[in-house]
Amino acid sequence: MSTKQQSNSISIQNLSLSFGKTEVLKKIDLEIQAGEFFSFLGPSGSGKSTLLRAISGFGPTPSGSIKIGDDDITNLPAWRRNVGMVFQSYALWPHMSVRKNVAFGLEERKIAKKEINRLVDEALDLVSLKDLADRHPSQLSGGQQQRIALARTIVVKPRVLLLDEPLSNLDANLRVQMRRDILSLQRRLGLTTIFVTHDQEEANTISDRMAVLDDGIIQQIGSPVDLYDNPVNRFVASFLGSANIISGQIKNQQFKSSNNLTLETNIKKNKKCDLIIRPQSIDISTTKKQNKNSYQLTGQVLYFEFLGQTVRYFVEVQGHEFIIDCQHTKDKKIINNNEKVFLNITTDQILFL
Amino acid sequence: MESAWNSFYVAGVSVVIASAIALPLAYFTSRFNFGGTVLIQTLGIVPLIMPPFVGAVAMQLLFGTNGSLNLFLGDVFGWNIPFMEGLNGVIFVQSIHYFPFILINLSASLANIDRSMEESALSLGSSGMRLFRRIVLPLGMPGYIAGASLVFIKVFDDLGTPLLLNVNNMLAPQAYLRISSIGISDPMGYVISVILVVISLLAMYVAFLAMRGKEYSTTQKGGGGLMKRELSFKEKIGVYAIILTILSVVLSPHLALTLLSFSTIWSYSIWPDAYTIAHYTEAIGSAGHFITNTMLYAGVAATIDIILGTAIAYIVWRTGIKGRKALDYMAMSALAVPGVVLGIGYLRTFHSTNMPFTDIPLTQFWLIIIIALAIRRLPFALRACTAALQQVSIALEEAAGSLGAKKYSTIKKVVVPLMTGGILAGFVTSFATAAVELSATLMLVSAESDAPIAYGIYVFMQSAAGRGPGAALGIVAVLIVALGVYVSGRIIKNADKKNAITSDN
Repeated sequence: MSTKQQSNSISIQNLSLSFGKTEVLKKIDLEIQAGEFFSFLGPSGSGKSTLLRAISGFGPTPSGSIKIGDDDITNLPAWRRNVGMVFQSYALWPHMSVRKNVAFGLEERKIAKKEINRLVDEALDLVSLKDLADRHPSQLSGGQQQRIALARTIVVKPRVLLLDEPLSNLDANLRVQMRRDILSLQRRLGLTTIFVTHDQEEANTISDRMAVLDDGIIQQIGSPVDLYDNPVNRFVASFLGSANIISGQIKNQQFKSSNNLTLETNIKKNKKCDLIIRPQSIDISTTKKQNKNSYQLTGQVLYFEFLGQTVRYFVEVQGHEFIIDCQHTKDKKIINNNEKVFLNITTDQILFL
Repeated sequence: MESAWNSFYVAGVSVVIASAIALPLAYFTSRFNFGGTVLIQTLGIVPLIMPPFVGAVAMQLLFGTNGSLNLFLGDVFGWNIPFMEGLNGVIFVQSIHYFPFILINLSASLANIDRSMEESALSLGSSGMRLFRRIVLPLGMPGYIAGASLVFIKVFDDLGTPLLLNVNNMLAPQAYLRISSIGISDPMGYVISVILVVISLLAMYVAFLAMRGKEYSTTQKGGGGLMKRELSFKEKIGVYAIILTILSVVLSPHLALTLLSFSTIWSYSIWPDAYTIAHYTEAIGSAGHFITNTMLYAGVAATIDIILGTAIAYIVWRTGIKGRKALDYMAMSALAVPGVVLGIGYLRTFHSTNMPFTDIPLTQFWLIIIIALAIRRLPFALRACTAALQQVSIALEEAAGSLGAKKYSTIKKVVVPLMTGGILAGFVTSFATAAVELSATLMLVSAESDAPIAYGIYVFMQSAAGRGPGAALGIVAVLIVALGVYVSGRIIKNADKKNAITSDN
């Protein structure tokens, strides 16, 4: 077991890829552990799908290397990679029944008929759609098509499973259900899996680790919590959830913004940097509080949005607009527009990047 | 020189008249809600299913100097209208036969216009004729030009119609007569051929220039077409009157041909004297080989076309092979080569070459007809195959690849089955049009026993006694083509339904 798991890690080194003159992937280095559920997260045009397609063997030939286990697959054609890909559009063949679709990969591998039948049944069982084996894809709902696409891919026991925005064509409720199902299936089969998405909530809930991509470059790799709490740059901070980001510079252990908002810091090095605070890390109050190890700021509420479980305040502080999320409970008082407020931020909640 | 001018004149005027017929029809169906839409759509195909030279004979009977209409006019009013005199006749026959090309293309173009285009113009204060002239017309233009240029080229290179109407001072008949009477060494034949090709190419180029950067309609998918409105009772009567008039003119050749095929004698009279089915027995009996030859030639040619068409479409659209675009142009360029020219070219190229393993010259062997037909119809098949291939989402191929299928296996098991509808449609189009092709076959037939149906009809129609059986044979040809059109329509519809989910990829 352990040797098999070992052999299905993914190692990408110095991978670059261009469409004509446009470089879409720039010197990508990435290690994915065997059995890991890994996500590529990024906005459209970030290169995440291109990277996935490079791994599966589609698109222009990249430079650099892609390895699965010890095998270099960079120059192998797609059909020899044994990499399972689930397409955004599912790509079920409309002229074949569900059973035929799922059996396809096994037939290509010249497996005996009897065995094919057994494996297809097993795979359909795994996605709980055995009853639909004789239907055609056009007779299935979106969620069912998605499951069949998954069954068709895992039935050939690929070394890694690649999912290209598989949930984007499903409605919201189904999406949540499907992502749980995919995760539990992945855990049961122990498949090394890469999941491409632009939806940070999806990536956060499903991934062991993830890579945030922008502009063809991996910005940061880590667990969802790690990336959220310790983003390495402005892009990662703003892409993963909301953040207050104020540019300025540190001089003599003092951060100063363009509007002269000044905060003490223990960073000794003088540099230009961004101050980053999550909206829920700021305490907002109409009365002044004295706390140790915290910054005190005064401002004025510009307006607020009531979101149900939270109230989002937009507060002006020295010409900067802060957003502050305050948890809402029944009958909790809401601070009115134009009211003077005191902001309290514990020092460890602030990042200077 | 006179011939060149005549050809130009005929093609140009035919386009104008065909437009005059097609424009109102296209506009009515896209703008108004009324029961005639299906009627017009059917009307759009009906003329195409009759070879134009067959239509020419039929129309001579109805509209000629001694045709039914003029006899009737002569009896009642004492005067005649020279519909069918000389070039007018050719123009008349060609316009009626080819206007569907404009109708079909223009309708498709209008149907693709995004309704919001029209609505935004309305909300900006434009309406009525101004709206039509400034928004609708320009947006429909690519479709119109595509249709009009096709009509021009078709009319320009048609051989059968002028020959049967005894109009010889046009380019295509000149080329034919030169080669057939003087022989293949006559240089004038080649000069004319070159002129034909150059002008066809020019017409295509003009169409290309006019359409360049103007493919607006295709970028707006599912635009919903123009706003439709209901007609008042009076308007309805007007619209139906126009449609029925056009319909009766357009269908008259079919009626006349049918009558002719069943009549004992029909000349110098408004209606035939008596009816018989003897022509059919004669046509099927003595001319049965025309039908079997046609089935064989058109069948083989169409098979060659879809195989080549599928292969070329795949190479051009799905591979990175160098020169793939050139391959596409090469295949499509057959469209610009008039049938007469192709025929002459083959005669010249192969006249001293013998069929392998036999002593028969290749030009006298029936295989040459198949090759010529296949080349002539390749553009049609290629277009159908290309359209079919473009509807197969590339993800469907990649899915097969990622599951371990090699290219060949992917093409065999995924691509071709998904293209079936388009391929079959391409087969039927190639088959049906090849079955009634006269221009190229007339040049290449060397023995009557090897001739296809179009040649047979032509030969029959040359003599007065043969017109009955010729008409019967014509009806058979029409039935073959009609059946083909119907079958291909059904196939496309079914394929669309079955593969419905591919369309939203």
